[in-house]
This record gives sequence, structure tokens and C-alpha cells, in this order.
Amino acid sequence: MSAARNQEQPQYKAVLEAPEIRRALTRIAHEILERTKGGSDVVLLGVQTRGVNLARMLCRRLEEVEGLKIPCGSLDVTMYRDDLRMKPARAIGRTELPGDGIDDKVVVLVDDVLFSGRTIRAALDALNDLGRPRAVQLAVLVDRGHRELPIRADYVGKNLPTSLKETVKVLLGDVDGRDAVLLGPKTDPKGDDGK
Amino acid sequence: MKRHLISAADLSRDDALLVLDTAEELARVSSRSVKKLPTLRGRTVVNLFFEDSTRTRISFEAAAKRLSADVINFSAKGSSVSKGESLKDTALTLEAMGADGVVIRHGASGAPYRLADWVNGNVVNAGDGTHEHPTQALLDAFTMRRHLGDLDGRRITIVGDVLHSRVARSNVLLLSTLGAQVTLVAPPTLLPVSVGTWPCEVSYDLDGTLPKSDAVMMLRVQRERMNAAYFPTVREYSRRYGLSADRYAHLPEHAIVMHPGPMNRGVEIAAEVADSTRSTIVEQVGNGVSVRMAVLYLLLGGSEPAIGAGE
Amino acid sequence: MSTFLIKNARILGGEPRDILVRDGRIAEVGTGLAAEGAQTVEAAGLIALPGLVDLHTHLREPGREDNETVLTGTQAAAKGGFTAVHAMANTDPVADTAGVVEQVWRLGREHGYCDVHPVGAVTEGIAGKRLAELGAMADSAANVRVFSDDGHCVSDAVIMRRALEYVKAFDGVVAQHAQEPRLTEGAQMNEGEVSDRLGLRGWPAVAEEAIIARDCLLAGHVGSRLHVCHVSTAGSVELIRWAKGKGWNVTAEVTPHHLFLTDACCERSPAGRSYDPLYKVNPPLRTRADVDAVRAGLADGTIDCVATDHAPHAVEDKETEWADAAMGMIGLETALPVVQAAMVDTGLLDWAQVADRMSARPAEIGRLEGQGRPLEPGSPANITLYDPEYRAQVDASSFASKSRNTPYAGLELPGRVVATFLRGRPTVLEGKLV
Repeated sequence: MSAARNQEQPQYKAVLEAPEIRRALTRIAHEILERTKGGSDVVLLGVQTRGVNLARMLCRRLEEVEGLKIPCGSLDVTMYRDDLRMKPARAIGRTELPGDGIDDKVVVLVDDVLFSGRTIRAALDALNDLGRPRAVQLAVLVDRGHRELPIRADYVGKNLPTSLKETVKVLLGDVDGRDAVLLGPKTDPKGDDGK
Repeated sequence: MKRHLISAADLSRDDALLVLDTAEELARVSSRSVKKLPTLRGRTVVNLFFEDSTRTRISFEAAAKRLSADVINFSAKGSSVSKGESLKDTALTLEAMGADGVVIRHGASGAPYRLADWVNGNVVNAGDGTHEHPTQALLDAFTMRRHLGDLDGRRITIVGDVLHSRVARSNVLLLSTLGAQVTLVAPPTLLPVSVGTWPCEVSYDLDGTLPKSDAVMMLRVQRERMNAAYFPTVREYSRRYGLSADRYAHLPEHAIVMHPGPMNRGVEIAAEVADSTRSTIVEQVGNGVSVRMAVLYLLLGGSEPAIGAGE
Repeated sequence: MSTFLIKNARILGGEPRDILVRDGRIAEVGTGLAAEGAQTVEAAGLIALPGLVDLHTHLREPGREDNETVLTGTQAAAKGGFTAVHAMANTDPVADTAGVVEQVWRLGREHGYCDVHPVGAVTEGIAGKRLAELGAMADSAANVRVFSDDGHCVSDAVIMRRALEYVKAFDGVVAQHAQEPRLTEGAQMNEGEVSDRLGLRGWPAVAEEAIIARDCLLAGHVGSRLHVCHVSTAGSVELIRWAKGKGWNVTAEVTPHHLFLTDACCERSPAGRSYDPLYKVNPPLRTRADVDAVRAGLADGTIDCVATDHAPHAVEDKETEWADAAMGMIGLETALPVVQAAMVDTGLLDWAQVADRMSARPAEIGRLEGQGRPLEPGSPANITLYDPEYRAQVDASSFASKSRNTPYAGLELPGRVVATFLRGRPTVLEGKLV
């Protein structure tokens, strides 16, 4: 079985490499500062799991660009997902809000790939139970299209037209040992949520 | 697939750690202003309590409600059960109501297994006779982990009426699964005859054991046991096996004192020990909700349970 | 009365022989027999055994006719290859008077499937306090020779001594249900690793062995016959071996289930269930070591015979929590297959020894004339034809017993009773009641 799997291992091609990812994050950092009048009251919340690493990277970039210490936290949306009943119950991740919370803040949700929009829908629901931000914005590294809900990103690293038969993988240095965005054929027609 | 949590032995080490880690995350929900998650919306959890246990029932009820499950409380008193309805008929009634999960507390050992034969929902044992009480063991382990960190290699002493204790049975199984070294201390009359085959040590000497303990768990001793000659008098029991203030002083600095409740102050535990700073007795109650949320989520939250023993 | 010619049966597992049955007796045994007007029963490949005798059956009538009656119980017995059963005394009313034992005996005669020999209670109401009128029962039409308070132990040493002595006058035997009552208060299953894990009140082996030891000493002291019911522990086998070594008149029985099942079934049954009260029985199922010991005891003759302790119970008394469930399992219709699986297929007994342990010895202990006789000319034609090659899952719905509390349902057991003859008249042919 595993041997057969290996033979079917699809060929991924890199659509973004480390330098491009770095440039995209830098651009997003600048855009956030512009749109939020210099980043006041901004809180970055990374969506578990890759979004958390991206949020930290973005946070470092903001500090480099503007010398700003933007509060950064993590948000796990597992318990709010609408596809919980489609897979076995899974482990949940950490939700950690910065010390001052999110009330009256401009919360920028950070995720790696925007696809159906369902993860972000769950994130908005989760935020609802955690406080009342003044505004919520969305930053993603890749927007691959195929939205199933009326959700759009405020900041996009790269718009990547894809087919539903494809899958997008984001690799990040601190977890995967390499920064890259990979595009390849979808392997599991059911389970994968397109990332 | 139908899976249940009836014995602590139903949990592999990975399962147990998953429950404890999940509970750790869910504990944070209790400190939020909105103490609710939508996870089990539309799922029905039945609390089937054939024995009075307000504390455990409320704990499960709070856990299920925080996960947005519909909760039906069914207590035997004043119900058709007290009019002689059999467990099987009760089970069929629950089936008709479409219970996704059934939490059962029963005075007869093994009743949850019988129930599991008759219902399609996932069964959680909330204490059956003198058999097991796995969620109590999980909340005890959760409490210990918070104070002691990883339980691998930790030395846990359980003192008292092991023979009749479902808490002790579940704790021995779970703690050994988690790598802790358990020592049971009791008068020989209150130890099972085959305790030598259990994954733990046995001692009759509390004073010798306490200084080597990272946690000591005192079990409730019922005064009625005296009449069946398990021990001569409550006074003698207390002298030999009670956690007095003097004995408490011989515990290591970091050691914690636990009790699953309800306590007999002055019998197995001195009042000042129960109220001491290293007593986790009140904390254990609070941790119960988080642990039970984790169990309900992992059993009922997905397309199929992530933990428990299958059929 | 009709004549039957049983062709090619392997008597006690030996070479094929024909058996001519005429006027209720075996007329001739040989090869190539022929008889005018005889009904032929082809028995090639079948084992012929003397009709089986059960020393320990609960027929439940009078009192619990919803669970079993003398009719359904004797039909089950016939299907199991039995030609005589001893009906235990713990009915309602208790069989402690000549009136009750005669009623049960007569019902058995009327139905005609299997001889019914009532067991008389040792004490009034099996309450253990005062001796029942043992002599009146012995002198009644039922001709009672076996006395037992089964279900309860005659725990009072003085009462037990007196009973043992008293029945000597009419060559009776006291069949003791060995269970020290104080050591088994609220007991649920064998005390050991499994009971400790399951949190069920333990039933220690010593509770059985202590009574057996005492009773053997009493029987030796007063020179009486003692029969030990349903021996279940290795220690009990040792004690009986010791008593027999002393030359004391002690006999013992073991049930098919104690030869075959262990207390592990309580934790997880062959059907994958836990705490299934189908495995709740008195005495309880014991450990593997105990099963090995009772098998060895039956093989070497320390244990004289197999007795079913057929104990029918209503469905609602078993579909319940373990602690609330009734104790006992039915066994008449599965006894021989279980003995084959436990003793014959394991090489511990041959078929001649099976005939001894399931027919000759119990008939002798019960002092039954005309039962347990060798299959030779002149013997009453009590014959069981058994197919040891048959293999099938046990189908409880096909049982003649009124009750269904068998632990073997769905299990594959070897063998099948094909025909049973009671004094020359078939009660079962082709595996079906006649």
C-alpha cells in the first residue's frame, strides 16, 4: 500500500520560493500599515497551523519596516469548522490572544491559503466568542480562488489561479525547513481541504 | 464505528495524551466571557444517572452544554426505573430519542457494557459499581500534569479502600499507561487478592511511602466496611492509613494531595490537610469539566470517535 | 412394541455393529443382522452410547413453568441423548415431601421422553434448618435416593452429619452444593484477576473447597455416601482425590461448562461481550488452571461423572446488569458436544470412558436400575446415537428447552445427537423429537 502510494506521489512544482514569499510579506506589511493608519490598534491572529507561523513572520517584517511591536496571537478554528462531522475528531490547536485581547482592535487574520473561505468563516465565528474587534481584516499568502462563501482577502501575497484538481501546499521554514508554495495534483479527492 | 470510554484501559497512551492536551486547550474556554463552543450543536448527550451523584452529573452537563450539545438528564429516582423498568428498556428509550452519546453512572459494575450492547450511541462510563471511573482518572491525571508536568516516572501513591474503589482501578490503569509509578497503600483486607498482577507496587506502610511520593491520593473509606471486619475501628484505620498533619509534613515540598471526594474529614484525611495549599481537591472538581469536554468532543465531535475502545 | 434394527453403529466408538432392539431390550448385537418387520435405523459413522444419565437437572416444575416444565425439560434431555435425569429439589414448592416428588416423577412418566428421578431436599424448604422427611420420599413411588439442597449449601455441620447418617438406612446419598455462605455473600464471579479487574465481588475457590473438605471428613467419619455437586476448582479435585484415597465413599460430578469455559468469558465472551450474564453461574466459571484440573480429574476418575446443572432462566433474568442477573445456564442439549470438545477431541477420554462418566457412573450413584447398562443383549434398550463428525454453530432457537440461556449460541461445537431410545422406543430420530 505504502509502496503504491509512493509511486503515485505527485510531482509538485514550486510557484513561490523563499525570496518571493519574503517580498510578498514585506508588501503585505506595508499595505497593512497604510490601511490601518500606521498599524495602531492592530492585532495579528494567525489561523492554526501555518497561519500562525506566517503571522509571526509578518510581525517580524512589521517590526523591521516600521520598528513596530504589533501584538500577535494564534487562533484555532477546529471547534468552529463546518466539516467536523466529515472526518474523525481531530486534535485541537492553541488559541492564544495577546494580553490586551481583541476588543476594539483591528484584527488581521493571517492564513496561508484562501480557498473555499470556510476556514475564515469559522475564524469569524470563533472571534465572535472571543471579543468584539473594531474591524476584522484578512491577509493570506495565496488566494487560489474557488470561493464557496462571500469572503475576500484584504491582503494577498499572490493570486494563484488553480484547478479544483490541484492542491496547494505551503512550506514554512520553522516547520518544514524551507519556505515555498507548491502546486500539484490533488491526491485525496475527499479529505483535503485544498491547502 | 461505535467506540466507548468505559475503562481507562480503553485509552492508549496516545489517546490519553490527546484527551489531556485537548482538555488543556478547552480549559481556556472556561476563562473566556463566552464559555461556549458550537462544536456539538445538534448532538444529543444523555446523562443517565442511576446513582445519586450531583457533582459528576453537573460536571458532565456543563461539559456537554459548553460544547452546545443538547443535554437530556435522566435520573433513576422518580422515573420509570424506580418502577422496575429494566436497563434494557431504558436503553431502547434512549435509542428512540436518538442519543449520540450516553453518559452512565450505575451502581452495578459493568452496567455501561450492557448498555453499550443495546444502544448505538457512544457510551461514557461516569462510574460503575466498584469497577471503573475513567473520567475521574483523566481529571486526576490532568491535575497532576498541571502541577508535576509529564507524569512519566512520577511516583503516585493511592491510599485506602482500593478493593471497592472504581477511582483506584481507573487511576492505576491510566497512570501506568502514562508511565507513572503507582504505589497502592491499604490494609491487606482492602486490596484485591490479585493486586500483585496489577501494574503497580503495593505497600502496607504509609509512612515509608509518603516521602517518595510526588502525589498522594486519598480514597474515601466507608464506615460500613468496619462492620464487615475490613478493619477493627475507624480510629485504628485513621491512625494507620489516614493522612494526618504529621504525615503531611513528611511529603516532599512539591508533592500534591488529592482526593476524588466526597471526603471523610478526620478519617482518611485531616481537615487541615484537605484545606492545605498543596491540596488540589477543589481544583480537581474544576478540571473535571475540561476533561469531560475533551472526552465528549473526541468521541462525538467528528465523523467517528478519535478515542476509546471499539467493538 | 416395535422392533428396531440399528445398522452399523460404532458401540462405544468400536467397530461397526448392528443392534437389534425388541420389546424394549437389546435382543442381539452383531454384524449383518436382519429382522423381519424391524424398522431400520442407519447408523453408519455414528457412535452408540448407553442412554445418558444426568444427576443434576433443574426442570423448574412446579413453580417456574415459564422457564421450563417437566415436558420441555425432558424433551431437551432426550435431544441431548439423555434417558434419565435427576430433577433438582429447588422448585416452588420445594421437593421436600413425598407429595411433590411423586408429582414430578409422575409427570416424567406421563410425558415419556426421559425418566425423571426427583431429588429430594435435604432440609425443609431447602432452608438448612430441619431435615425434610427423607424416608418418606425414599419410600414414595418416586423412590428417591439422591438428596440435595442444591442452590443452597447444607452449611450447618450438624445438619450435614445427620443427613449423611440418616440416608444410610435406604442407601441414599447426599449431593452437596459446596458453598460456604459467609465467604460468598454477594459473590458474583470467581475471585481472582478477572473479578479484581471487573470490580465484581469475588467468589473464592476456598468457599467451595472448605465445605468439600469438611463433608469428606464427615462422610469418612460416619461411613456414609457423599456426592459433591459441580466441582469447579483444582483444590476441590485434590480434596476428592485425597478422600477417595482414604477409601471414603465420596463421588463427584463436574458440569460441561466447568470443563469448557473460564472466567475470562465474563470479561470478554466469545461473542465479544463484557459482563454478559449468560456466563454467570453457580459455582462460577473458574480459571484455565481449574478447567485443566477438573478435566484431569474427570479423566482419571477422581471426578466420577458429568452432570449438566441445566438451569433454565427467563430472558429478562439474563438481559440485565450482571449483579441483578440469575445464576445458571442450560446444558442438556449441548452436554455431549461440549464433553466431546473438552474431553474427547483433546484425547483425555475415549468414548467408552464417556459412556462411563455420562451414563454408567451417574446411574450407579443415583441407584438407577435399568440405566447405564452396557449395550449388550438383555440390557434395557436405552441407547444414544451420536455423530461426532458433525460441525455446526449452536442454534439456540432450535432447542426444545423453554429457555435460551446458553453460553454456546453461535459457537461452533462438534457433534450431534442423532437418535435416542428410551427402553426401545425412540424419543429422538434424525435429531428431532419423536
